[in-house]
Amino acid sequence: MNRMLRLFRTSIGSKLLVAATGAALIGFLFVHAAGNLLVLKGADALNGYADWLQGHPLLWGFRAGLLLLFAVHIGVSIRLAHENRAARPHRYRRIARLGSRLPGRLMPVSGGLLLAFLVFHLLHLTVRTVGPMVEPLHDGSGRVDVYGLLVAGFSEPWIAAVYVAAMVLLGLHLVHAIEALFQTLGFNHDSYQPLIRVLGPALALLIAGGFASIPLLVLVGVIGGGS
Amino acid sequence: MNFTLHIWRQPGRNETGAFETHAVTGISPDLSFLEMLDVLNEELVGRGEAPIAFDHDCREGICGSCAMVINGDPHGPLPGTTTCQLYMRHFDDGAEITVEPWRARAFPVLRDLIVDRGALDAIVQAGGYVSVNSGAAPDAHTVTVAKQAADAAFEAAACIGCGACVAACPNGSAMLFTAAKVVQYALLPQGAPERSRRVIGMVETMDAAGFGNCSNHYACVEACPKEIPLYTIARLNREFLGAALGSREFIELERPHAHEE
Repeated sequence: MNRMLRLFRTSIGSKLLVAATGAALIGFLFVHAAGNLLVLKGADALNGYADWLQGHPLLWGFRAGLLLLFAVHIGVSIRLAHENRAARPHRYRRIARLGSRLPGRLMPVSGGLLLAFLVFHLLHLTVRTVGPMVEPLHDGSGRVDVYGLLVAGFSEPWIAAVYVAAMVLLGLHLVHAIEALFQTLGFNHDSYQPLIRVLGPALALLIAGGFASIPLLVLVGVIGGGS
Repeated sequence: MNFTLHIWRQPGRNETGAFETHAVTGISPDLSFLEMLDVLNEELVGRGEAPIAFDHDCREGICGSCAMVINGDPHGPLPGTTTCQLYMRHFDDGAEITVEPWRARAFPVLRDLIVDRGALDAIVQAGGYVSVNSGAAPDAHTVTVAKQAADAAFEAAACIGCGACVAACPNGSAMLFTAAKVVQYALLPQGAPERSRRVIGMVETMDAAGFGNCSNHYACVEACPKEIPLYTIARLNREFLGAALGSREFIELERPHAHEE
């Protein structure tokens, strides 16, 4: 029997899939957040970066890779969650919530809501069918005016609220995910476990905070305040 | 001391159960939880009613039989304690106490608080044998074991197979149990030839038995009466991923069949 197929049929192999795709997605989020923060340098920097991405020869390969990562991460997680529910057909009347803290408990909820947010986010800024649009869509250099779209979108309090709320969920998701990721891959040792415990929340705060700062800064007028 | 007990009663494996309320009075604070149930059972038998069925054996905290969830905690609220070593003085006088069996698909209830923990035996059996030289007794220290490895192996070997980890886990996962049973050998030179086969067999048997998957809540570690540490599970993950990705056994061994209900 094929080694990989057999591995992915086991519980630990399935968790390896979720952990490895999750790690890759964290890498993507990190780069995405760093790119977004070019908004702080102004319209030209952000629009130029977006234009470079749009014209990149590997754009569709990259998108296909992302789609695969999300599909595996979500698909395997749903199967695992389904198996986990089935493993306890009869619930306890009283159960002490031992061990697990809230972010861990909420993983299926935060994950599901983040998927809904992802659809909204793509409709808003990639397909551009939801939320306020700008006229003209392109800036003076003929590039899509991403900066203008962001400012127009996040000036709507409800859109900013959706983005900030989603980033709170992302932070919760990552707090559990990062520590769990190391455990699943087999990294847990007294000598570095305290570091992993700090790394999880710190990285979660960095990524989610980096994203969430943009709608918040638009709302208070720091970004796009002049226009 | 007086207590009100809400106890799960179920006449048989495939029958429906329900909670039953019993008052116990005049209980000495120095009775263990099991002895308190003994007192209640004496009364029930005296009235011609069926006693509450619960598992017990050594009553000194090392056999792992006294499986019951007390007020939501496997083996009760005291950390590092089995039910038999839990005393009524650990409860407030007049307390209401809910007592339930382990709840997991892999642990069917046989009667009242007794569950069939045979799935754990199946995991241990899947571990197989450990090869040793037979014949004359070997000289002491012909096989050297580092002190740290011996200590760590012993820490894992403290597992009494009670199933509290499964009972506490929101997913009914047996990862802490399986980890303890794998790690107690993984660190020692004895049984090293069977190392890959052992971890593959035990993990796949665990999966086939209908336990859930670990989602890193770590309730097991808090519930464990022998306080098996969390890194035992990480070590199991390492052992298994190493064997799955690197061993010939993973391709050649037959997969275990799904557990028959």
